[in-house]
Amino acid sequence: MNRAGLFVPLGVFVIIAGFLYAGFSLEDPHRLPSALVGQPFPEFDLPLLANADERATTQRLAGRTVLVNVWATWCPTCRAEHHELLRISDEAGLPIIGINYKDNPAAAREWLTRYGNPYEFNIIDADGRLGVDLGVYGAPESFIVDGDGTIVYKRVGEVNRRVWNNEMKPLLARLEALDDG
Amino acid sequence: MVERWFAMLLLGVVATAWGQGAIDAYEFDDALQETRYRDLIAEFRCPKCLNTNLAGSDAPIARDLRRAVHRLVLEGLDDPAIRAHLQARYGDFVLYDPPVRTDTLLLWLAPIALLIGAAAAIAHMARRRAVTRLDADDLARVERLLDERAGSESPLGSESPPRPRSAPGPRSAP
Repeated sequence: MNRAGLFVPLGVFVIIAGFLYAGFSLEDPHRLPSALVGQPFPEFDLPLLANADERATTQRLAGRTVLVNVWATWCPTCRAEHHELLRISDEAGLPIIGINYKDNPAAAREWLTRYGNPYEFNIIDADGRLGVDLGVYGAPESFIVDGDGTIVYKRVGEVNRRVWNNEMKPLLARLEALDDG
Repeated sequence: MVERWFAMLLLGVVATAWGQGAIDAYEFDDALQETRYRDLIAEFRCPKCLNTNLAGSDAPIARDLRRAVHRLVLEGLDDPAIRAHLQARYGDFVLYDPPVRTDTLLLWLAPIALLIGAAAAIAHMARRRAVTRLDADDLARVERLLDERAGSESPLGSESPPRPRSAPGPRSAP
């Protein structure tokens, strides 16, 4: 009997264990890898939440770095991240554009009056069409869009202090350094 | 008899309706568009659900995507363009068949590699089994050794290490 042959099952086991290890250390399987990072922000022309007679287009984002936040009053996690958005708009001075996603506009306006308004302006995506263009599959979702209109970051789920400190803030600092350089 | 046939037909219709997760009332210009729409929503995976297609999901996002597919079909996009449209927004996740790329090559090649490995293993085992089959010379030698062993209770000389007396019969000699 060939002694080396004895180690074949061990080798097979190590390979299988390796794949299982990699498979189980993947992040939450519900989290989709974002297809949109590095892509231009999709074109839109949608009514404003504050005044549905007025419309906003993609032009309103141009020339600066903004945080685009997809939210709705039916979304409990949106409520949870709301105070962090308020803090970001206050302290970090980052403009936040809201996309009120498949929501009741009256309820959304009331929400902003009651909990405070971190948004520079809100657009109404009543049927979720811009949501589809943004690859949204659950609110809240947040995007950082740079001055060229390119999506440089996407976050599915709550933006909290940890996400801000560990991911968004360093990224914004890098963008700023690029602009200065 | 007729009644029974009718009952089975009815059951079939009802079961088919239940099998569909969601039915939207969409209008199409022609039957081909509708067929394409049905095939496409059966083909895409709902982003919110881990293993349900768009056709079978009640999730609001699946409804939005069905609406998007319907719109794109009406706008005259062909199937590859619609696939690209959804893939650009929701990534490979929405496709049940991942595209062949360098980072997905393993996914596509692993089954073939496993098949080849299994075939090689089976061939190897078959060959080993073939080697243990003895030809006439081997048989003669076995006979001779057994005879020698039967003649003297001593071990098999230089051909094998000495073994304890309690060891099972000479058949266990290599």
